[in-house]
Amino acid sequence: MSDCKQQPDMKRREFLSNTVVAAGAVTVAPGVLLTTTEAKADGKGVSSNTRWGMLIDTNKCADGCTSCVSACDKENGIDLVKKPEGHDDAMWEQQRPQWIRKVKLRDTQSSVVSNLPLMCQHCEHPPCVDVCPTGASFKRADGIVMVDRHICIGCRYCMMACPYKARSFIHADVAEQVVNSPRGKGCVESCNLCAHRLDAGQGNTACAEACAKDGHNAIVFGDLKDPNSAVSKALKSQPSRQLREDLMLNTGVRYTNV
Amino acid sequence: MHRLNGLKRIAVVMMAGILLSISAAAISGSMVVEGSKAAGMKDCVAPTMDMRRNHMDYLKHQRDEVVHQGDRSDKFALADCVSCHASKDKQGHPVPVNAKDQFCDSCHDYTAVNITCFQCHRKVPEEK
Amino acid sequence: MEKINYRELGCESPRFWTGMGVMAFLILLALVAVYHMEHNGHYVTGMTNQVVWGLPHVFAIFLIVAASGALNVASIGSVFGGPMYKPLGRFSSILAVALLAGGLMVLVLDLGRPDRLIIAMTKYNFKSIFAWNIYLYTGFFVIVGLYMWAMIDRKGSKMYRPLGITAFLWRLALTTGTGSIFGFLVAREAYDAAVMAPMFIIMSFSYGLAFFIITLMAAYWWDDRHIGDLRIAKLRKLLGVFVAAVLYFALVYHLTNLYITQHHGIESFVLLEGGVYTKMFWIGQVLIGGIIPLFLIYSPAFSTSRFAILAASFMVLLGGFFQVYIIVIGGQAFPMTMFPGKEVIESSFFDGVVSSYIPTVSEAMLGVGGIVVAMTIVAVVARMFPMLPDSLEDPDNI
Repeated sequence: MSDCKQQPDMKRREFLSNTVVAAGAVTVAPGVLLTTTEAKADGKGVSSNTRWGMLIDTNKCADGCTSCVSACDKENGIDLVKKPEGHDDAMWEQQRPQWIRKVKLRDTQSSVVSNLPLMCQHCEHPPCVDVCPTGASFKRADGIVMVDRHICIGCRYCMMACPYKARSFIHADVAEQVVNSPRGKGCVESCNLCAHRLDAGQGNTACAEACAKDGHNAIVFGDLKDPNSAVSKALKSQPSRQLREDLMLNTGVRYTNV
Repeated sequence: MHRLNGLKRIAVVMMAGILLSISAAAISGSMVVEGSKAAGMKDCVAPTMDMRRNHMDYLKHQRDEVVHQGDRSDKFALADCVSCHASKDKQGHPVPVNAKDQFCDSCHDYTAVNITCFQCHRKVPEEK
Repeated sequence: MEKINYRELGCESPRFWTGMGVMAFLILLALVAVYHMEHNGHYVTGMTNQVVWGLPHVFAIFLIVAASGALNVASIGSVFGGPMYKPLGRFSSILAVALLAGGLMVLVLDLGRPDRLIIAMTKYNFKSIFAWNIYLYTGFFVIVGLYMWAMIDRKGSKMYRPLGITAFLWRLALTTGTGSIFGFLVAREAYDAAVMAPMFIIMSFSYGLAFFIITLMAAYWWDDRHIGDLRIAKLRKLLGVFVAAVLYFALVYHLTNLYITQHHGIESFVLLEGGVYTKMFWIGQVLIGGIIPLFLIYSPAFSTSRFAILAASFMVLLGGFFQVYIIVIGGQAFPMTMFPGKEVIESSFFDGVVSSYIPTVSEAMLGVGGIVVAMTIVAVVARMFPMLPDSLEDPDNI
């Protein structure tokens, strides 16, 4: 009977001051949003002393192997996205989400064939972040470019802006998700370098792990700002390049031998 | 009718008292669904009344910390709500927390507040 | 100069109610289409991860561009002092507002999460031209609303000229913003051109005036009023100039691209081998949207023909629609060059191939709904407020 007294007592003055704070928050919200990529003051969470990235050696990427793709699909619940009943297969192929894909290239001059996995390149200056009207597309302090699907309105402007076609729109209802990768109809999403794994301290992505497990070791993942990380050492030891370096985006994903 | 004698007055007061305690019991009584992990626990991650009143703010705060700062250290995680509060049906399959008469729905239906969490988030505990 | 009397659109004519009935039905169809698309998700549309903006965006951009152009007639009347245009100012502004409302409706209803519109209104990323456009669009409603008040209410007559100038500058900014939506997409070859923003301004002049001529003539036909030959001739000549200017800008755009070797791919795609897009360009944009209207406007044989000016306006709109379609859809269908010097042999995400896009009926219904909503707003407002001059007979003393 006295349970109701346990309710936190919102005193009038407190209520008023909260209202003022709330009104203020709404006014300065855009300014706050612009600073969200900064690290937190309490030292918890990600910091800009880290920049996650990877180096992909296309010579080691095996023809016909899709381990990275299936590992990503499983890790991020993409395999749980099912084609709506009765929907056209060819159409669905173009509508289903893909975070990482295998691309096979042939040099027009030398006819040399190369394979590589392609995903969000986690640019330092991401065009998707520039164009997003609500700030749903953002770059975390540790360099991961991702979508806050709580405030994504599904306008797809980021998909228009991305030079790598790295993003997917969720075209239909999704019945089941994995905890680490919530997903619903009407929002845009893309590779987030397995942010949930990194936050939990497992310093590797599902794709890199799967590639290494199959013995290819084509993907080296790590902290680009740590000179002793495997990825930094690999980058120092051989020439590498960014895709569309002409756009000056300073990508976090680099390639060799392409 | 205008004047109640002493006995009647006591009766009215007692009736009112009984009604009040019944309704209070209904309000303060546990909404935790039988067969869920939460049913066997004394308290939620914060006092029950606090959670009842403020869970949405805690969740939203946690949400922004996780998504934008990658800080998953706070205790108010939606996945934990689900794993603790989801019950199982007779066959032992987990029931979505937002399904009819389940933990989330029972209050949200009463207060007519739409939950949008589960348009995207997993509704049943993940089997490890 | 004789005094001009404004009068509400009469509804005695059966044309009014038949027209309203048809429009209500088309709006209903659009709502059904929206429900279908939003309930199921975008998989029921022709849009994919390759062509992410489809027919609704073509309609929306077309209407938004036309909206700012529709204000031109009012601007000519108040900013540039054209007495022949001044009586048409009120109608011009309501048409502008209505077209913008129709276009925005289509744009919003095609969002993945239209239920989160409030987020678009409360959270801004000021680096995004989209976010700026939200201000430009809402500002347009407010400014043109005030401008209309200044035209109608005698109390506002002092503000008439400053508001007219503000509205004119604002609409230039608005079209620049709309054009910049594409201009900033450096990754796609079709959009990577600075000429995009001024080209959109000139497109808006042309489409807006075409819309204006059609709605004006329809309104006067609905209400059995008369427009004098002189005024029609003025509008016709103005349209001719705008149509020619659009053609010129299209020429500059393509010539610039042809100069840049990197853009030869997209140019040969649009101009020569793009299949449906090539046909749309030559037959739709150039022939229907440019050459035939110019002929109808400037040929002495049609100099007094009302039908010719009406047909020319319709063709300008049709050609404009194709032009926006080629920009929006064609620009996405053409593959991005991610690996210069390499060809893509295999990709599960359709890299390096021309994407196909086949619009569905529901997308078209939503788009048409946008135009109809605009026309309905015009009809209802013109019925409720004195928007149109009683008579547009030629003045005696010119």
